[in-house]
Amino acid sequence: MKLIAQRLALGILLLLAVSVLIFVGTELLPGDVAQAILGQTATPEALANLRAELGLNDPSYVRYFDWLGGVLTGDLGTALSNGQNISEALGKRLSNTLFLAMWAAIISVPIAILLGLVAVQHRNGFIDKLISATTLTSISLPEFFIGYLLVYFIAVELQWFPSVSTVYDGMGFADRMSAIALPCATLTLVVLAHMMRMTRAAILNVMQSAYIETAELKGLSPFRIILRHAFPNAIAPIVNVVMLNLAFLVVGVVVVEVIFVYPGMGQYLVDHVSKRDIPVVQACGMIFAAVYISLNIVADIVAIIANPRLRHPK
Amino acid sequence: MADPADETLLDIRNLRIEATVYPPGEDPHDITIVDDVSLTLGRGRVLGLIGESGAGKSTIGLSSMGYGRGGVRITGGQVLLNGRDILKGGMAGLRGVRGREVCYVAQSAAAAFNPAHRLMDQVTEAALKHGSADRQTVQARAIDLFGQLGLPDPENIGQRYPHQVSGGQLQRVMTAMALASGPDLIVFDEPTTALDVTTQIDVLAAIKLAIRKTGVAALYISHDLAVVAQVSDEMMVLQGGKLVEHGETRQVIEAPREEYTRALVSVRSIRHEEKPPSPEPVLTIRGVTAAYPGTGVDVLRDINVEVHPGQTLAVVGESGSGKSTLARVITGLLPPRAGEVQFAGRTLSAAMEKRSRDDLRELQMIYQMADVAMNPRQTVRTIIGRPLEFYFGLRGKEKERRIAELLDEIEMGEGFIDRYPAELSGGQKQRVCIARALAAKPNLIICDEVTSALDPLVADGILKLLLKLQAEEHVAFLFITHDLATVRAIADSIAVMYQGEVVRYGPKSEVLSPPFDAYTDLLLSSVPEMKLGWLEEVIEHRRMESAGN
Repeated sequence: MKLIAQRLALGILLLLAVSVLIFVGTELLPGDVAQAILGQTATPEALANLRAELGLNDPSYVRYFDWLGGVLTGDLGTALSNGQNISEALGKRLSNTLFLAMWAAIISVPIAILLGLVAVQHRNGFIDKLISATTLTSISLPEFFIGYLLVYFIAVELQWFPSVSTVYDGMGFADRMSAIALPCATLTLVVLAHMMRMTRAAILNVMQSAYIETAELKGLSPFRIILRHAFPNAIAPIVNVVMLNLAFLVVGVVVVEVIFVYPGMGQYLVDHVSKRDIPVVQACGMIFAAVYISLNIVADIVAIIANPRLRHPK
Repeated sequence: MADPADETLLDIRNLRIEATVYPPGEDPHDITIVDDVSLTLGRGRVLGLIGESGAGKSTIGLSSMGYGRGGVRITGGQVLLNGRDILKGGMAGLRGVRGREVCYVAQSAAAAFNPAHRLMDQVTEAALKHGSADRQTVQARAIDLFGQLGLPDPENIGQRYPHQVSGGQLQRVMTAMALASGPDLIVFDEPTTALDVTTQIDVLAAIKLAIRKTGVAALYISHDLAVVAQVSDEMMVLQGGKLVEHGETRQVIEAPREEYTRALVSVRSIRHEEKPPSPEPVLTIRGVTAAYPGTGVDVLRDINVEVHPGQTLAVVGESGSGKSTLARVITGLLPPRAGEVQFAGRTLSAAMEKRSRDDLRELQMIYQMADVAMNPRQTVRTIIGRPLEFYFGLRGKEKERRIAELLDEIEMGEGFIDRYPAELSGGQKQRVCIARALAAKPNLIICDEVTSALDPLVADGILKLLLKLQAEEHVAFLFITHDLATVRAIADSIAVMYQGEVVRYGPKSEVLSPPFDAYTDLLLSSVPEMKLGWLEEVIEHRRMESAGN
C-alpha cells in the first residue's frame, strides 16, 4: 500500500514537472501568436491590443499559474486561432483517439502475448523464428509505409475497408469499426513485435529457474508449465512493455491519424502547431503526458501487486 | 506374490550420458558424464549415491526420471522402472512417469518452489494432474504428510507462500510434495546440504521417518558420506561418472574396499595442535556493536575477541549469526555503532576510506565464492600481480619473479600463469585467491567460508595449504565457518556466535570440552558422524533431555 501511494505521489510530481517543461517549451517557440492571427499587414496598435487582450504581456510565471489553475479545474482555455473552447474540441478528439487506441490494444496485446508464449514453447525452432521474423519485419517498416501498403492492397485493390477513416456522431458501431479497421491494423503491426519479443524474453528468463525444473519433473505439459509456472513470474516486465506500447498507441498515433485522416488528437495537434496556437499545443502536451505517466504508474502498480512477496509479507 | 522387498523397482543398465560443452577458445564437443553405470534398487530400499561434484550422481539420479539438465542427454543404456523402459515412451510417456511413479526433492527448496503460488497448490499439483484422486482427498493427504514431517500448523501451512516459511520447513514441504502423489521412488538430491547443521538434523530425521512410514524407495544423493550413512540401506560411490564401489552401507563406511572410498571416509583427518596465546594480539575487537544503516537492528552486540600472531581464530555459527558482518566491521566496510578494532597495537579507523594503504595491505580477505571474487577477464598473472604493483610498486622482472614464487607457494606452478579463472578448477581458483591475499604480505587474513563451496577432499587440500602457509609466513587467520569439522582441523581459538553475540569463546581445547552451554551443545551434537545409527542416538538423546526438563 505504501509503495503504491509512493508511486501515485511520484506520478503527480512528475506531471507537474512536465507541465513546467511544456509551458517553458512553448514559450520558447519562435514567432508571435498575435502576428500569426492578424497576419503581416496588422498595425502595431492592433498587435499591442491583441497581446494585451490575450494576456501575453503578463510575466510568464503569472501566466503559468493561470494556465495550471485552468488545467486543474478542467478549463484548458480557448484556442487562439478560432476562439473555440479547447476542452470541448479536445474531448471529442480524445475520445476518438482513445477509441482507436483501445481497439488496437484489444487486438494487439492478446496476440502479442499469445505469440510470445507460442514462441517460447517452440524456442529456437521454425515457428519461433517465423514469428520473430514476421513481427520484426513489421516493426522495421515505418508506420506510414505500412499504412499506405494497407491502403493500396486492402482499400484500393480488395476494397474491403475504406482508405479514409471518417467517423461522425451517431455513426453505427459496425460502420465505425469498418472505418478504423485499417489504422487499427497499422497500429497493431507496429506495436506487436516489441511486446511479443519482450514476452518471449521475460518468460525465457524465468524458464531458467529451478522451479521450472520442478514443474517439468512433476510431468506437467509444456504449455501448462509456461502458462502457470513461468508466466505469473514474468508479469512485471511484460506489463511494463505492454503499458509502454499502450502509451505509444495514444501518444504516437499522430502519423497514423494523418495518413487515414482520422479526426483524433494527432490531427488536431498537427493542425494547431502549424497555426502557432499555443494553448492547444499545451493542452495536447499535457494530455499526452498524463496518459503516458498514468499508464506507467499502472504498470508499476500491477508489478507490485503481481509480486507475492509484497502482497503477502512475512 | 513374492516379498515386496525382493522385487526390483528400478533397474538401470549400462547407462551412458553425454553433454555438449562449449569451452572458451575451443570448438564445442561432446563429453561423457556418466559411463556404463548399472544399478538395481528394490522396492522400499534406499540407495545412497556418493561422490564429489562432477561425479555424475545428480545426473544418474535424474536419469531415473528420464531427465537431463541443460544440454545433458542420455545416449545409451536402459532405465527400467516397474519393468518398463521409461526412455522408450517419448516425452508423453515420461510425463506419465514423472510426478506419479518418481518424484524429486531438490537441494534448494527455496529455489525449487514457484514464488507465485501457495504451497498447497504446488504440493497437490502433480497428484491432481495425474488424476490419482480429487482435490479434497489430495489436500487431506498433504496435510497429513505435513504433520508426519513435523511441520508447524499442518492444517494451514499450505496456505502460505514459499517466502513465508523457513528454509528447513520448505525442504520438508518439498518432501511432502514428493510423497503426495504416492510415488514408488523419490530422488533426494542433496536435500539437506543448503541447511544449517542444527536444522539439517531435524529435516534428516523427518525424511527418514517419512521414508520408513510410506515404504517408498529412494535414491539419496549427497557428497556428505556421514549424512547418507544415516538414511541409506546401500551405497554407491561414484567418481568422474564411473562406479567405484557399491555395497551395503555398513560395509562401505566400515570396511571400504577401494582406495578412493577410503579417502572419502577418512576425510577431515587433519590434526592441528593448538598453540598457546601470545602476550600481544595482532587483532583486538573491543565492545563492537553494529547495525546495518537504516535498519536500527543490531546484528552484532558487544563483541570482544582477539587474534594472536600466526594463529587461527575460528568464528563459528549458523547463517544469520553475524559472523560475516563481523568481517565487514573488521575490514571497515561497515563502521560499527560502538566499540573499536585494534590492529597491531593501533586503533583502525572505523571506515575503510580513512585507512592508510598499509592498514589495507596488512589485512587481506579470501571469500567463499572464488569464482566471483576474481575478474573473469583477467589472467592469473594480472590477478596476483595487481597487489604486488599496488602495495609494493613491483614491475617487470621483479614482479614476475614474485608471482612465480607465490604460485609455487600455493603448489600450482608457473604453468597456470596465463590461465583465466574459467580454466581453473574450484580448488585452483581458491588457491589463486589465497596467493592474491598473500601477495600483500598481510599480518591477518580473514577467510570467509573459504572451503564451504568445495568438495571435501579439495577442501582438505586448501586447509592443509593454509596451515602450511601459516607456519611459513607467520600470518594470522580469522576463519569464518559454519562447519565444525573445519574448526577442529585448524583453529587455535574459537568464538561461537549465535544471533549476533559471542556465546562461547576461548582456546580450542576449552571451547570443545564440556561443560557446554545449551547452544554449543546443540551445535556440536548436530554434526553428522560417520557411524550407523548416529541420527537415532541423537534424536533419542534429545527426546530424553526434553522429557527430563
